[in-house]
Amino acid sequence: MKKAFNTIFKVLLVIPVILFIYLPVAWLIISSISTRSELLSTPIHWIPQQPTFQIYINILTPGQDTSEVAKTFRITLWNSLLVASSVTVIALTLGSLASYALIRLRFPFRQSMLVGILGTRMIPEISLVIPLYLFATRFGLFNSPIILIITYLSFALPFAIWLMAAFFNTIPVELEDAARIDGCNRIETLFRIIMPISAPGLVSTGLFVFLTAWDEFFFALILTSTVSAKTVPVAIAEFTGRYVVDVGGMMTGGVLAAIPPVLLSLIFQRYIVSGLTAGAVKG
Amino acid sequence: MKIIRLIAMLTFAIIVMASVVGCAPKQTAGPVTIRVLSMEQAGPTVDEMNAIVGEFNAANPDIMVEIEYVSYDALHDKITTAMASTPPAYDVFLADDIWYAEFSKAGYVMDATDRITQDMRDKIFASAWDITTVDGKVYGMPWLLDEKYFFYNEKLLTEAGFSAPPKTWEELVEQSIVIKEKGIVEYPIVWSWGQYEAAICDWVILLYGNGGSLMDANGAPAFNNEAGVKTLNWMIQSIDDGITNPASISYVEEDVRNVFSQGKAVFAVNWNYMYDLVNFNADESQVTGQIKMALMPAFAGSGVESSSINGSMGFSVAATSPNQDAAWKYVEFLTSEDIQNRYSGHLLPIWQTSFQGENLTKLEGYTPANATTVPMFNAQFPFAHVRPKVPYYPEASKSLQLALQEALTKQKTPEQALNDAAAKWVDLAK
Amino acid sequence: MRRKFSLAQQDALIGFGLILPSLLIILGISLQPILSTLYLSVFESSRGINMERIFVGFGNYTALLSDSVFWVTIGRTLYFTLVSVGLELVLGLALAHLIHSHPPGWQFLRTSLIIPWAVPTIVNGTMWRWIYNADYGALNGLLLQLGLIDKYIPWLTKPDVAMNLVILADIWHSVPFIALILQAALATLPTDLEEAAAVDGANALQRFLLIRLPLLRPAILVALVIRTVEAFRVFDIIYVITNGGPAFGTVTISYLTYLETFSFGNVGRGSALSFLISIFTLIMAFIYIRVLYRPEESQ
Repeated sequence: MKKAFNTIFKVLLVIPVILFIYLPVAWLIISSISTRSELLSTPIHWIPQQPTFQIYINILTPGQDTSEVAKTFRITLWNSLLVASSVTVIALTLGSLASYALIRLRFPFRQSMLVGILGTRMIPEISLVIPLYLFATRFGLFNSPIILIITYLSFALPFAIWLMAAFFNTIPVELEDAARIDGCNRIETLFRIIMPISAPGLVSTGLFVFLTAWDEFFFALILTSTVSAKTVPVAIAEFTGRYVVDVGGMMTGGVLAAIPPVLLSLIFQRYIVSGLTAGAVKG
Repeated sequence: MKIIRLIAMLTFAIIVMASVVGCAPKQTAGPVTIRVLSMEQAGPTVDEMNAIVGEFNAANPDIMVEIEYVSYDALHDKITTAMASTPPAYDVFLADDIWYAEFSKAGYVMDATDRITQDMRDKIFASAWDITTVDGKVYGMPWLLDEKYFFYNEKLLTEAGFSAPPKTWEELVEQSIVIKEKGIVEYPIVWSWGQYEAAICDWVILLYGNGGSLMDANGAPAFNNEAGVKTLNWMIQSIDDGITNPASISYVEEDVRNVFSQGKAVFAVNWNYMYDLVNFNADESQVTGQIKMALMPAFAGSGVESSSINGSMGFSVAATSPNQDAAWKYVEFLTSEDIQNRYSGHLLPIWQTSFQGENLTKLEGYTPANATTVPMFNAQFPFAHVRPKVPYYPEASKSLQLALQEALTKQKTPEQALNDAAAKWVDLAK
Repeated sequence: MRRKFSLAQQDALIGFGLILPSLLIILGISLQPILSTLYLSVFESSRGINMERIFVGFGNYTALLSDSVFWVTIGRTLYFTLVSVGLELVLGLALAHLIHSHPPGWQFLRTSLIIPWAVPTIVNGTMWRWIYNADYGALNGLLLQLGLIDKYIPWLTKPDVAMNLVILADIWHSVPFIALILQAALATLPTDLEEAAAVDGANALQRFLLIRLPLLRPAILVALVIRTVEAFRVFDIIYVITNGGPAFGTVTISYLTYLETFSFGNVGRGSALSFLISIFTLIMAFIYIRVLYRPEESQ
């Protein structure tokens, strides 16, 4: 009886959360398939009476008449994918190694490095833009994905280091001591014991780094100018003309831009396994 | 073993840095490259702009023009960052009217005064030169002329029993009272008084229409004088009386268009772009076929017949561009009579001759909207005012936007708000 | 195994090796801009990046610190940060536990959490701005249909309300971050300590406060620091939803820096502002670490 009550109680908690998550998203999707006049009607049309997929068609298979933004949208999707993936791979690799070192190993300047790494993230991006811009133009990197990858690494790496530090911290030292006694050195302990246990942490960190890179707007706006490097957030901003705001376009672009991150998280969520550490400690 | 791993990681790092550094493009000989920064959704379509570039490149084999487009919001920031590098990332760029003073002081724009012939001066609208002229020097060719117009819904107005749109703001209020009584709409007029430049544009229309001005002849702020306070009071009153849609306090031009397109307002003030969309586009509007334009009203007794805001743009050459002559050649080409006459589907020409004779007929016939907007432009443009050409305009504008907001949201009295803003303007001028 | 170095020296060598690539990249990219910003902050330069500069030493800093606009903006930013992060932590913790207790549909719930975080900030901002729209917004539509209001309300015209609405949009976007981190941490927590305590007679609340929370402390710390730093530096969402309005009611310290540097061209002042912001965020991070961080030796 208590169990049933418990379950009902939990379900009652889950429902509002699901609603809170999905209602705005549902509205986003509905807006992307509504005509403008339906978007602007009162009372509000919760379900569009004349849904249209025209904007999706325009973006995915652009014809002659479509706006410039819509035509190039697909390319910006690819650019975002390229940049975000590269940043994620590099940040995860280098970041988790650095993080482990900072957490577990004793060496001089450890504390100041920790602080320094966090400190570089303190400067507001606004003031980093111009020096980075000058750097990019001097080295011919302006408007290329590489400058975005480099720029994003400057905040993705500290991010990854800090996130992985949290996960490393929840791994009891006894585990590593046990490995040591079994004859492993530091590096072997790191790769054979710690990394597998941290799989959930690595996946979550990787996901978050990817999303942060995918989401970044201001640097991309200033450091890119054509479709060779333009990313999705910049493209979405361009649905706004000087006066006209293409609401339908922005909503559609938004849905499309959200699909890759969502897909990725669906794929990787299977790897987030709980209880692994518990088993390792007990056994 | 550990050492090997160490070395491996170091190598990796070095490779990363090296690939970063080793990517500078080679300098190519051949035609001079001119990079142009323009705006999307501005006047001609991207295809038309690209076609113009194509024509220019074909006619000038020693020059190669490359054009890029950004959104309006990004344009200012893009220009300022582009000018930070040497050579500048763009040789030619599109600039908004309100940036010219700032850009000329910062040394971004090339002085083109000597390149303007008397012929050009005479044949182009005088008010167009106001855009690119700062302290008597011309810094670019005007382009994309635009101003705010007075729109009204003829069908709803007739329903209310009026056969003609109002000529003064007082008349508008009288008509509005009747409209409200008859329950035709709840708020007869909608404005763009949100805390954006849009509010300043509306403010200019009303202020000058009341005989006021933003600055006096000595360059001191004049908007906080009697006319200014009266105008601001009128605005607040119109909200209190339910004449002006109260949401106007957060609105920009698109919101005005949305409300107007739904038939929820009888009067509206907006730029050229709105006409085609509200009157001819059934996907965007529920009031197609009902909309007309009229000369902007002014305040009775002010001695002013009409007033509007000049919100045009201009094309300029970067002052630090290494290819100024080639760049200017392109600007001249783009703004030439011939090109402007041939590509007037979405752009009103700057040449007065384009509005005469058979050019006019062609112009009016380009699109259904042009039949109305072209004569309207002709009639309204002489009354269009520019905003002050001071280098501190962005900051000054923000303080004035704030003042208008504070007064409209009743956080300060109009006198207090305007005086505070005026004090800020004086401070900035130092 | 040959022992060329002592254990401690081995550790140090390995440690440096592991950290070096990251350090190189981070410093390589951020150092020059940071130094350049510091350099620019001691000059007064206005209107244009290439303008001549007048050396003013600490002039920009003193001007800022004595400007009431600066302090009001700091206060506003602190409000945004504390309310946002506070609510996100509480909600995130609750959500993490909800998922952890495996209610029916918990996998669906956990997957769903990614969605608000995945929506790009630009779209998030525009979406919420549309929801809050005075004439056509879903918020007004919903409240009207539920009978909670009788007339559409222009939400974004009221400075205080606008700020809270921006906070709501930010919470929607960021709670998943904290929830998922905490949930992953919860999943790797050892259960034996709590089981032992239960055997000893501790109730759920005691177990939560005295055992679980402390064990979660590292994860909470990380989530808090990252979110606080981000919230304090918030820019994108303000830019999109309100552009600083109404009546500067949503201007945060980053937005102010943007105004000074880009819109007004006061690069010197803008740079000084950046540094002050950095110092503030560093202080906050220090406070967190002081209060929450316990080095692993204590285990």
